[in-house]
Amino acid sequence: MAVSVNEAVSAGPARDRTPPARRRRGRGRAVVETATLTVLAAVMLFPVLWMIETSIKENRDVYAIPAKFFDFTVTLDHFKDVFVASGGGPTTLSGSFLNSVIVAGVSTVLATVLGVPAAWAYSRFSVKAKKDQLFFILSTRFMPPVVVVIPIFLMYRQVGLFDTKLGLILIYTAFNVPFTIWMMKGFVDEVPAEYEDAAMLDGYTRLQAFWKFTLPLLLPGIAATAVFALIFSWNEFVFAIFLTSSDAVRTAPPAIAGLIGGTTVDWGLVAAASIVFALPVLIFSYLVRKHLVAGVTLGAVRR
Amino acid sequence: MSDPVSLTDHPVQEASSTPPAPGRSRHLSDRWLTVAFISPALLLLLAMSVFPLLWALYLSFTDYSATRGGPATFVWFENFTAILTSAQVHLRAFTTLLYVVGAVTLQTVLGFSIAYLISRRVRGRGVLTTLFLVPMMLSPVVVGLFWRFMLDAQFGVINSMLGSIGLGQVEWLTKQNTALISLIVVDTWQWTPFIMLIALAGLTAVPKYLYEAASIDRASEWFRFRTITLPLVWPLLLIAVLFRAIEAFRLFDLVYILTSGGPGVSTETLSFHVYKVAFLGFNTGTASAYGILMVLIVIVLAQLYMRYLNKLKED
Repeated sequence: MAVSVNEAVSAGPARDRTPPARRRRGRGRAVVETATLTVLAAVMLFPVLWMIETSIKENRDVYAIPAKFFDFTVTLDHFKDVFVASGGGPTTLSGSFLNSVIVAGVSTVLATVLGVPAAWAYSRFSVKAKKDQLFFILSTRFMPPVVVVIPIFLMYRQVGLFDTKLGLILIYTAFNVPFTIWMMKGFVDEVPAEYEDAAMLDGYTRLQAFWKFTLPLLLPGIAATAVFALIFSWNEFVFAIFLTSSDAVRTAPPAIAGLIGGTTVDWGLVAAASIVFALPVLIFSYLVRKHLVAGVTLGAVRR
Repeated sequence: MSDPVSLTDHPVQEASSTPPAPGRSRHLSDRWLTVAFISPALLLLLAMSVFPLLWALYLSFTDYSATRGGPATFVWFENFTAILTSAQVHLRAFTTLLYVVGAVTLQTVLGFSIAYLISRRVRGRGVLTTLFLVPMMLSPVVVGLFWRFMLDAQFGVINSMLGSIGLGQVEWLTKQNTALISLIVVDTWQWTPFIMLIALAGLTAVPKYLYEAASIDRASEWFRFRTITLPLVWPLLLIAVLFRAIEAFRLFDLVYILTSGGPGVSTETLSFHVYKVAFLGFNTGTASAYGILMVLIVIVLAQLYMRYLNKLKED
């Protein structure tokens, strides 16, 4: 079973029954510990809160010196600016959000379709040099993106995939497949192979047994894995900026980064766009919080 | 995982006592299934990861330039010797080393401390853990942009707060010696939760009875920490640290957004330098050789990572 945040909540080092004299010292210490944690949590969360504040401030309050923490006028103009252009039509930024949805969505579906059967096969059957194959698969994910993007750029230019959504979808699928295989192999390992053996005794073929009995049990795992793949593609920046050039193809991360290109920067707009961009990620990661340890280590660590 | 399907009326032993004839055909179809299920994924990886790297390897022996076009001529190891002897590259390697060591050390110390404090709490652990994890899930683009705003010398909130407690203004991103520190701080802010999450998983897996036995023996807190907690959490923590080291080594986006390598070249990491050689200088051959050398380092780190991962799984 993967270690989950929820489990982390329930178990832990025991608070033992200490004698009263030591308990008083223990209470003083607990206060110090709580205070430290509170301060640390405040430091960790402040940038996020500041981003939210900036996104709802009027421009003159955004650039106020000294910074205004509480007494500012609330406005939703920046959020409107993210989607609606000054002329009235949709902004290029909103187009890039749509591109992101398409690219991340399709590549996640492809990675799942390719990765889940492979994970099942690796889990169930004896494959030659299985360990080496699996490690090779994971190591492709560790390659520095800036290095990989050089030959990919040349390759795409040659075959006409440069600045196309298909090109981005392919490369994102390729970097999500290793993750999907590793993550799903853990989930498949948890389903006893005996179910399939039993189904085959009833006359089903191996494929039918997988389809009818194992796959339904894997659905929660597939959902969690797909959510992580979605987040990885959604957040990806390096391939997105080097393999696209036009607004029609560009995904949200390079589009948002492009907002700071000029001489003056509309930080309110940057903040609002960042929030619109980050909100789905936060919601999705909350949904898969049980599998976070496995997810963020690319499926490698689970206990 | 959820519970078994209703197939429990078939005892497990029956599975192994299948008659030989269907057994062999099943074996054949299993082989076929394995190939059919694994090869599409492997083919994609070969086409999108291995082939590009092989192409880069070929280019690294040539003087090819993506803009000049024309046929590439072989220069053999010229690119490699040029890179390995270049003082510029040595400087970038040093910057990268400073950055990786600084950021990963800070993250490990902070992340483990937070995990330890959270693991000792009775109430509010779920909420605390969730709150601490927020930075890790954000895109480096969002993180970079936001810190760039907060660290702005004129109207950044950090300088504003420093000013209100009577300290002077700091040019965080535009001074040689503070820019790298800023980069380390931002990376630490984003990835401390990663170490925390994994350390917390390790800490909560320590069996309670060990602590109980130790407290019967009236062992001191420090003794318990040193002899029970640390040895049990260490293997998992090491994996987290190695993982972070690989990620930090190949980091590009945060540098690109936060400082663009500046001021001067004070925050240019190896990744960023490769980008400049490849996409601004268009020395594709040189950049490929540079990239191949980086890949070699990543492979060594990844091997180390996987060795420890294997060890952890076997225990």
